[in-house]
Amino acid sequence: MNIYADNAATTKLSRKALEEMLPYLEESYGNPSSLYSLGQKAREAIEKARAVIARCMCASAREITFTSGGSEADNQAILTAAELGRKAGKKHIVTDLIEHHAVLRTLAKLEREGYEITYLPVHENGIVRIEELEAAIREDTCLVTVMYANNEIGTIQPVREIGAICRKRGVLFHTDAVQAVGHIPVNVAEDNIDMLSASAHKFHGPKGAGFLYARKGIRLSGLIEGGAQERGKRAGTENVAGIVGMAAALEEAVSNREANAEKLTALRDRLIKGLAAIPHSALNGDAEKRLPSNVNFCFEGIEGESLLLLLDDRGISASSGSACTSGSLDPSHVLLAIGRVHDVAHGSLRLTLGDDADETQVDEIIRATSDVVTYLRGFSPIWRDLTTGKKEFIL
Amino acid sequence: MALYSEKVMDHFRNPRNVGIIEDADGIGEVGNAKCGDIMKMYLKIDDDTIGDVKFETFGCGSAIASSSMATELIKGQPVSEALKLTNKAVAEALDGLPEYKMHCSVLAEEAIKNALDDYYSKHPEKRKEHSDESGKL
Ligand SMILES: Cc1ncc(COP(=O)(O)O)c(C=O)c1O
Ligand SMILES: [Zn+2]
Repeated sequence: MNIYADNAATTKLSRKALEEMLPYLEESYGNPSSLYSLGQKAREAIEKARAVIARCMCASAREITFTSGGSEADNQAILTAAELGRKAGKKHIVTDLIEHHAVLRTLAKLEREGYEITYLPVHENGIVRIEELEAAIREDTCLVTVMYANNEIGTIQPVREIGAICRKRGVLFHTDAVQAVGHIPVNVAEDNIDMLSASAHKFHGPKGAGFLYARKGIRLSGLIEGGAQERGKRAGTENVAGIVGMAAALEEAVSNREANAEKLTALRDRLIKGLAAIPHSALNGDAEKRLPSNVNFCFEGIEGESLLLLLDDRGISASSGSACTSGSLDPSHVLLAIGRVHDVAHGSLRLTLGDDADETQVDEIIRATSDVVTYLRGFSPIWRDLTTGKKEFIL
Repeated sequence: MALYSEKVMDHFRNPRNVGIIEDADGIGEVGNAKCGDIMKMYLKIDDDTIGDVKFETFGCGSAIASSSMATELIKGQPVSEALKLTNKAVAEALDGLPEYKMHCSVLAEEAIKNALDDYYSKHPEKRKEHSDESGKL
C-alpha cells in the first residue's frame, strides 16, 4: 500500500486544475501584456482567476496580487508593512516563535536593519495568547504577523481575535495562511485581516504560484523591479497556467472544504488515538484547535529520520522535525517552542492526511509506526537507559 | 537521486552487530541527544584482537549505517588495526555519505576509540604495545 501522508509539504495537482491549465500551455500561450488576441486571451484568464480567488477569500479582485508562492507573499507583506512603518517612524513588529522561515528570516533581516521584533511564546498547546499579544503592541508597532495555521503541528491561531485587536489599535495585521486556505474557513473581512499569504501547491494547485491579499488602501512595496505587471507591484511575465490552475484548485477546495474537513477530522482523531497507544509518546500541539489533516507526535528514545526511512520502506511518506532531516543541528524551532526538549524533539513524526485518506490507510499508518518505533527502540541506547532506570522518561 | 547509497541503506535496514555485550572489555559512548545522534560500542578483546563488537545507536539513517559498518570493519581485526580506523574509511566503505552527514562517520570512529580508551584504562600496559604495533603496520 502506498500512502502519501505529507500533504503539508505539498499536495497532488487536482485533475480539474490540470485540465484548466493545459490550454494556457498549449494553445493560448500568448504574453498577457501583448495586445493581440492570443495575448488578451491570457490576460482574460488571469483576471478571471483573480475574480475567482477574490470570491473564495471574500475579497475584491483588486486586492489580490499574484506571486510565485507563499514565501514571496510573506516577504512582500512584511516588507510592505516595514516600509510603511518606517515612513511613520514605527519600527516594531510583533510575531510568534513558530512562524514559517519565510516569515522568520524576513523579520531577522529587518532586525539587522534596526527594526525591533517581539517573538510571542506559544505555550504547550502551540497557540498564542491573546492577552500577551495585546500587551506586546506598542505605540511604534507597525505590524503584527501571526500565521493562520502552523505547518508542523497544525495548530490554528485565534486570527479573528488578533485581527480585531489590531484594528482597534490601528496596527497592520498579516497572516501566513498557506496551510489554512482551502482547508479551514478563511474570510479576510470577518477575520479582520489586512494582508494574507497563500500558496497554490498546498491546496492541490500547481507549485510556483501563490497570492498576496492586501486590503484596499495598502500600498504594496514591490520586491522585483521590471515591467508593470500586477499593477506595478510584481514585475515579470505572469505564470498564466499556474494562476489559472491555482484558481481552479482553490474553487474546488473551497467547495469540498466542509465535507473534507469533517471526514479528515474523524480520521485524524482515529490516528491520534492509535498513535497515543504507543508507550511514551505524545501529541504535539492542541488536540482540537488543529488542522483537520494534521497529526504530529513525539516518540521518546528514537530519532525521526530513521523512522521516516523505515516508514518509506513500508510505502508511507511522512516528515519529521528532527535535526537530521533538515541538515541542521537543531530540531524544529516549532517543537522547541512548545517546550519539547531536544532529546524528544528529535523523535518527531508529522503525518498530514490527504483528501483520499480512509480508515484502512490510517490503520496501516498506526500499525507501521508502532512496528518501526518498537524496532528502533530495540537498539537505542537512550531507550535502554530509560527502561533500565538510568534516565527518567520525559513522555 | 536517492538520499543515501545502496550500501548505506543496506546497513541501515539490516544493521550488523546490533546489541550489547554484557561482559564487555571496553564500552564507548559518544554524541548526545541534543545533536540527535548517540552511539554506544561494546568491545570484547581476546589476544589483542577484536573478538566481538556490538553497538546500539540512536540516530539517523547514516548514524545507524556508520555504526554498523564500523563494527564490520574492526570485527576480528587486531586491536592495532582497529586503532587506525578513520571516519573516512567508514564513509568510503559505505560508498560515501552526503556532506552534511559526515559527522555520523566521525561519531562511529570516536565511539570505537572511546571504547578502546575504556579498555586501556583497565589495561594500561596494552596502550603502548598496541600503538607501537599500529605504527609499524
Ligand atoms: C506556513 C507556510 N508558509 C509559507 C510556506 C512557503 O510556501 P511556498 O512553498 O509556496 O513558497 C509554506 C510551505 O512550505 C508554509 O507551510
Ligand atoms: Zn545524524
